[in-house]
Amino acid sequence: MAMPENVSAPAPILRLENIGKTLGGKRILSSVTMEVDKGQLKVLIGPSGAGKSTLLQCINHLIPPDEGHIYLEGRVVDAARRSELYAFRQQVGMIFQDFNLFDHLDALNNVSIALRKVRGMNRKAAAERAMAELERVGLANRATLYPAQLSGGQKQRVAIARALAMDPKVMLLDEPTSALDPELVGEVLAVIRDLARGGMTMVMATHQMDFARALAHEILFMERGSIIERGSPAELLAPGSGTRTADFCSRLTDLCEECS
Amino acid sequence: MFDVDFLVDRVFPSLNAGLWMSVKLIVPSAVFGLLFGVIIGVVRVFGKPWMQRAANAYTATFRGVPLLVQLFILYFGLPNIGIYLEPYPASVLGFILCSAAYNSEYVRGALLSIRQGQLSAAQALGFSTMQTLMSIVVPQAVRRALPGCGNEVVYLIKYSSLAYVITCIELTGEAKVLASRTFRFTEVFLVVGAYYLFLVTVASWLLHKLEDRFHIPGFGRPRQ
Repeated sequence: MAMPENVSAPAPILRLENIGKTLGGKRILSSVTMEVDKGQLKVLIGPSGAGKSTLLQCINHLIPPDEGHIYLEGRVVDAARRSELYAFRQQVGMIFQDFNLFDHLDALNNVSIALRKVRGMNRKAAAERAMAELERVGLANRATLYPAQLSGGQKQRVAIARALAMDPKVMLLDEPTSALDPELVGEVLAVIRDLARGGMTMVMATHQMDFARALAHEILFMERGSIIERGSPAELLAPGSGTRTADFCSRLTDLCEECS
Repeated sequence: MFDVDFLVDRVFPSLNAGLWMSVKLIVPSAVFGLLFGVIIGVVRVFGKPWMQRAANAYTATFRGVPLLVQLFILYFGLPNIGIYLEPYPASVLGFILCSAAYNSEYVRGALLSIRQGQLSAAQALGFSTMQTLMSIVVPQAVRRALPGCGNEVVYLIKYSSLAYVITCIELTGEAKVLASRTFRFTEVFLVVGAYYLFLVTVASWLLHKLEDRFHIPGFGRPRQ
């Protein structure tokens, strides 16, 4: 059962093994297994209530999974040990649907506070790093504004800068554009696209199918707490492929066309 | 009716002495009442279950028993178990305990109004529970609780008059003594009323300054 640590193929950077979660007597996730290699973008899609968000939050134990194991760079995460859990979370960036910026801090301090409090960097170095990250998401000129003064798209970009400042090995994105007005979706997707092209490892739940089609290395289709289909966008979304994924996407597209 | 000589020679000197004692009662009670109120409020929301129960019991007790009765217990009751408190420390202790109980309720309300998502975001960045509380939750909760806690300071200024009952002679105590000696209750207590009004006005102004100082876009009233 024990695998040698240094097998020839590089170990996946993140591995989930039989993750299960029951909340209030309802089975939310059942034995979800997946691997993410370095530099890959995995996209989770599926109807609402499928467990995408719960799965992402189980990965960094914001919702502790009931069963299964999580491995980062081949090492199992022992969440019972607080310091190990905190160290693990620092390496896994998370982007939330509703941004969750710290309301009492301006954009710069939203990005720098974890560097100071968690990383123990001094104020000056943390501010410099935070500024660099804000520049990366195109918001250097908004550094002194508070969340209440930013648009939704700007808030989400600050949230991305905040996660990037911690030098995460993996980023988890939980429907990062779902709470945005349609005209603001593009600026956030552009930032995420740049990250993907820059080789950031990411797991992203989204309904932006064009984005997934263009950039995902693998699409994972979830329904009722399980991954029921997985494959490259080309495989799953090919016309006439008859997959649940293609069916779901065409219904999503129909819906959009009705709206417009 | 007002006799200027009486006011200048008798009322102001003794009331000014009382005013100083009142300030010495109010300031530490307000500061530590707020500090302990924040701690108790945080424990009531984020503490372990037994800590929450203890803090809730504390609040229920000190909000539920009249302050005068609490002061009597501190000053007249504790000597029975060998604890002797001077009038001044007994009064300040009573005020802090009472003020903290009320403030904890304002703080609790403020804590409950903070969006859960911010706690998740902090945890996702690797913050420990304590770091999350100190860096994210409390700074926001205090801002939201400030108007309520300011209200409590205004109450405190007025209930500090109860200290004279346990022989800590402050503003009201001095007035009572002077009025009893001279039988000029109307003048003396009208001036005392004006003194309290002055104290409350100064406190309100300071609290307003404090709210402005800690103002952040998105919190509370817009800055004028």
